[in-house]
Parts: sequence; C-alpha cells; structure tokens
Amino acid sequence: MLRFVVKKVLLALSTLLAVSVITFGMFFAVPNNPAELMCGDSKNVCSPERIEMIERRMGLDKPIPVQYAEFMRGVFVGRTIGTGPTARDCPAPCLGFSFRSDEPVTGIVGRTLPVTLSIVFGAAVVWLVLGVSIGMVSALRRGSAFDKLAVGTSLVGASMPILLFGPLLLIGLVYETGLLGYPRYTPLTENPLAWASAMILPWFALGFLNSATYARLSRAQMLETLSEDFVRTARAKGLSKITVYGRHALRAAITPIITIAGLDLGAYLGGTVITETVFGFTGLGRTALNAALDLDMPIVMATVLLAAVFVVAANVLVDMLYAVVDPRVRLG
Amino acid sequence: MTEQEEGTLVETPGSAASSEASSSETTKADPYLQVRDLRVRFRTEDGVVRAVDGLSFGVERGRTLGIVGESGSGKSVTSLAVLGLHDPRRTEISGEILVGGRDVVGLSDAECRRLRGRDMAMVFQDPLSALHPYYSVGRQIAEAYRVHHPEAGRRAAWRRAVDMLDRVGIPQPARRAEQYPHEFSGGMRQRVMIAMALVNDPDLLVADEPTTALDVTVQAQILDLLADLQSEFNSAIVLITHDLGVVSQVADDVLVMYAGRAVEHGNVEQVLRRPQHPYTWGLLSSVPSLRGDASADLVPIRGNPPSLINLPPGCAFHPRCRYADRTDGRSSTERPELLPVAEAGHRVACHLPEVDRQRFYADEIAQVGVAP
Repeated sequence: MLRFVVKKVLLALSTLLAVSVITFGMFFAVPNNPAELMCGDSKNVCSPERIEMIERRMGLDKPIPVQYAEFMRGVFVGRTIGTGPTARDCPAPCLGFSFRSDEPVTGIVGRTLPVTLSIVFGAAVVWLVLGVSIGMVSALRRGSAFDKLAVGTSLVGASMPILLFGPLLLIGLVYETGLLGYPRYTPLTENPLAWASAMILPWFALGFLNSATYARLSRAQMLETLSEDFVRTARAKGLSKITVYGRHALRAAITPIITIAGLDLGAYLGGTVITETVFGFTGLGRTALNAALDLDMPIVMATVLLAAVFVVAANVLVDMLYAVVDPRVRLG
Repeated sequence: MTEQEEGTLVETPGSAASSEASSSETTKADPYLQVRDLRVRFRTEDGVVRAVDGLSFGVERGRTLGIVGESGSGKSVTSLAVLGLHDPRRTEISGEILVGGRDVVGLSDAECRRLRGRDMAMVFQDPLSALHPYYSVGRQIAEAYRVHHPEAGRRAAWRRAVDMLDRVGIPQPARRAEQYPHEFSGGMRQRVMIAMALVNDPDLLVADEPTTALDVTVQAQILDLLADLQSEFNSAIVLITHDLGVVSQVADDVLVMYAGRAVEHGNVEQVLRRPQHPYTWGLLSSVPSLRGDASADLVPIRGNPPSLINLPPGCAFHPRCRYADRTDGRSSTERPELLPVAEAGHRVACHLPEVDRQRFYADEIAQVGVAP
C-alpha cells in the first residue's frame, strides 16, 4: 500500500512539474512584452528607459530558464523580485506580483479561491445527493413513471448549458419574482447564513445540471450491477431487499461514480468561469480568464498551476480511494 | 431413504409458514422438494417464451437429482423458480413447488426470503462472479448465517463462517476467512460458495452447473465434497448440469429436459444404461468415453434446440429425431406424455413403442460403444 501511494504521488509531482514548464514556456512563446503592457496603453508615455526599468523590477530581463528557476524557488522558499532599489521581498509561497495591479498573486488567489471552493463543494453535494439517489431509484423502478420522468428530465438537464440555465434562474427567481436577492458573496467565516444564501443559486444551477449526468450514470451503473451474479447470490441468501440493494448492489455500483465525481471535482475546482460570471462572483475561474486576456502572466501561471494541482490531487485521491473500496486494486 | 429419515420431514423448522392445507398434504411418502406441473413463461418483445412447460419431479432428502439438458432446455429457469429468484415482473409461474410441504409459487417475496438460504440454498456456476468482490469471504458467509440467526452476534457468526470453511476443506480457515474472493483459486472459491450455501444447514441444495467453470481435476473434488456434505447434512440436492459425466458420478436420479419439458426420468442406472428417449441417446453419443472405443466418432445431435417462443408441434424433439418417421406421424402432431415404462420408476415421453426403443438403442446406439 505504501509503495502504491508513493508511486502515485511521485507520478503526480512529475505531472505538475511538466505543467509548470509548459505553461511558463507557452507564455513566453506568445509575442508580447509584459513590460510594455504594464507601462501603459499609450506608446508616448513609455520610453525605452521606463520599459527597461520595469523589466528589471519584474525580473523580466533575465533569461527564461533562470526566470523559471526563480519562480519555482519562490514557490517553495520565497524570493526577492528585481534588483537594486526597486527589489521587493516575496515570501513563500511566492507566486509573483500581478503585472496589472502589482498586487501579490497569493493575495488574489486567497481572495478568489474561497469563492470557487464554496460554489463547487456545495454544488457537488447537490449533484451527488440528487443525481445518485434519482439514478438508483430509477434503476430499481425501471420502466416506471418515475423512471421515465427521470430519464427525460436528465436528458434535458444534461443538454442544457449553464449559460442558459443560470440566467433563466436569475430571471425567474430574482428579477421577476424577487424570491431571492441578487447573490453577493460573503465569506463563510464572516457570516455563514449570508454565505449560504448567496450560494443557493450557483449551487442549484451547477448542482442540478450536473445531477442530470450523475442520475444517468448512476442508473446505468445500478442496472448493470443488478444483473450481476453476486446480487442474485445476495438474494439467494435470503437477505432483505434493502440489504441486497443497499449493501451489495450499491457498494459495487457507486465505485465508478466516486471516480468520476472525484475527477469532476478536481476539474471544477480549477475554476467555474461560466457559473461565476453568470452570478457575478469573482472566483478563480473568472480571475484566470481575465488574467489570460490581460496577459497577466503571474496570475495565469498561478491559476493554471492551481487547477493542475486540483486535477492531479483529485486523481491521486481517487486512485487511493479506489484501493480502499475495491480490495482487488490493493496490490496494483 | 428410511422411514426414520422421512419422519424428520414433518418436523422441518419454520413449517409455521405453511398453510394448513399443505402441511396436511405432507405425508411420509412426500419428497422434500415436489414440483408439480410447473410452467414458467417470460413475456418478451418477440412473444411469450415458454421456458418450462409442465414439469413435475420430486427429490427426497439425502438424494440427488441430476437435471440434464442443453442450454435453453429450461433447467436453470427451473432452479431459479424453485428459489423464487426469477424476476417477478417479467415472469409468469404456475403450478406447484412444494418445499418441505410449503408451496413457494404463491409466496410473497418476504415469505419466500425466509426460506431462501435457510431451508433451500443455491450454489451457482461461476463462483468468481457469484461472490461479492468487495467483501471478505468470511463476512459473506457470516452474513448468510446472521440473516436467519438474528440472535447470533457478529463473533458467533464469524466463528460459524470459519467453521464452515473448515468443513468444506479450506486449509487455514481462520486466515482465509479474512481474504477476498479474488485471492482464492476457482475450486477454493466454489468451496466458499458451498460453505455459504450450507451455513444454515438447508434441507434442499440447488446446484446450478457447480463444476462447469472449474478444471476437471477440481471438478471431481467438488463433486466428492458435495457427496460428503450430503451424507453429513442429509439434504436433498438438485444438480443442474449438461455434463452426463457429472450426473453419473453423483446423481441418484436423472431428469432429462428438452425445450422446457421432461423427456426422460428415472434412476441413474435406468437413464444412463438403458435410456429410451432418442434425445437421451443423442446426449450420450455426444459425450466422449474413456472406456469405450477411442476411435469411435462422437455423434452430435443434428440441428439446433428449438425456439421456446415457437415450439414445433407434437414432440418438440421430432425435427431433430432420427426415428420421428416411425411413429405414424404422431410425433409431429401429438405431444408425448411422460409415461412409465415396464421397469418401475423409469418414465419416458416418446411415441415410439417401448420394444422399438429398446431395440434401436441396443442395435444402433449401444453398439457404437459410446454409452458410459
């Protein structure tokens, strides 16, 4: 088991290393000069001396491999950016300073990550509970009115983009009826109730749409499991229906769902751009998008790396969880 | 079976579930499992599948009935119907299945559940897929025990599971109980299945192709084990198989099924040594024999099993039967009944006169040296 974990973690770390190199390299492959961007829009203001000063201040005057090495060192031990009188201290984990606002990137991430975490974890609870239970009941009552309704609704849900569903919810629940106030993010630590009430709409929007996929997946998994021999064995033992379905069938059917849920969660944690934008939150996704449009390299680097960390960590966790759930995986 | 053994029939635990009528029917002569005119039908999009069509047989405690037939002959459907494991929404069942005097056919699922695993248990064909991959074998056996012994604690059930593993010949049972099905070999896995089936000391054991998925050497061990356990537990065993070798090894009686009906029924001697149905002859001729002439060709039964949705009229076997033209056309118009022949206990469903059947078998089948 230990070997298994060590192997997975090493693999994950090398993936992250590759992602960081590629992101860093891609940024410099694009023809742009961050110093010019920072200097201002108007060419007149920017004298070559000024650009040179900015480059020195940001450390952009050094060769790219050196910049990369310094960036990575900053992440783990902190660093000093720039030289001379303009040098600034950046303690670990240093992700640099925004080219646009000159704010430390860690501060920006610290402000926007909780927004995304709140949206994604809450929505995940909604889609897992709703999706899996609908899927299971559908499978057990295959062909019933409930099943048909669930299958039909989930088809609609799975093909509805949040770009459409989100605004529809806003129109229906906020603008037209005033049932809910327009969501305004409040940190959980500040006021849990205000936090939750602001999150209701994104939770429901993202959770409901995803639950459609999960309902279909759970239904298919459960139907497949119900036809397994070991379910028949469980019935032959004289176990009650609840035990047969709940303990024997569910345990086997839910395993692949855990896998997919873990991977989805990892992917969403990197940012839910559309959901954030539709409901007016500034989360990680929106920050990343803006940074990419602004060519704000330190933020792009930070958000891409963070997203990669989430995806990779989710993968490792799912692998380990799988080994715990399924005894056959343990030796692998 | 002796008088004494049969006497225990009436005292079968749990007979409270049986109705007054059926318990009064339980006389000393009644076998533990009695199937009467069983019909099982499935509705499908293509039509009604008559999987079992008027089947009757009985098995006494301490005896083994082998049910033989090709795939699709209805033998597995019969075993599932006995345990009540068919899908009730798709399946129509009529007739009687008396288990210890109680009719299983009309029982609700909850009532049937109380019998399942306690009075009647089942061993399936492929032990790898029939055991839950995520639970240790000890836990699965203990679970089977605890359903019917709610008063037993976890530890007692676990001890019982280990004890059962020991009894089915699994070495180091205490350690093995902690392991998962994938850590066992095929034969050991089937031993686990058998341990699980017998954990509540059932009076009826239905084994559906229990050795088909196993190596030949392991097959023999499992069959020996079943025979040993039968003498220990004195259960009635229904052994479903397509393998006549298996039947000759362990069965006392044989029922040959074709297209959902019994075509020949008798004890092993009668059915395997003096078979009177052309289908049984076909089955015997398609089995290689070590004792017979090694150069003798195997003779497959010509044609394919019929569609159970659209059975041939008359004798369902007549399109494949080499002797169908010797019955004055009755084979294709009139359905043969399972009737007793001269020898007591032997019944055959065939339009050929018995004299002809004996002559054909002696002259054309047994001569070839393929009979076991």
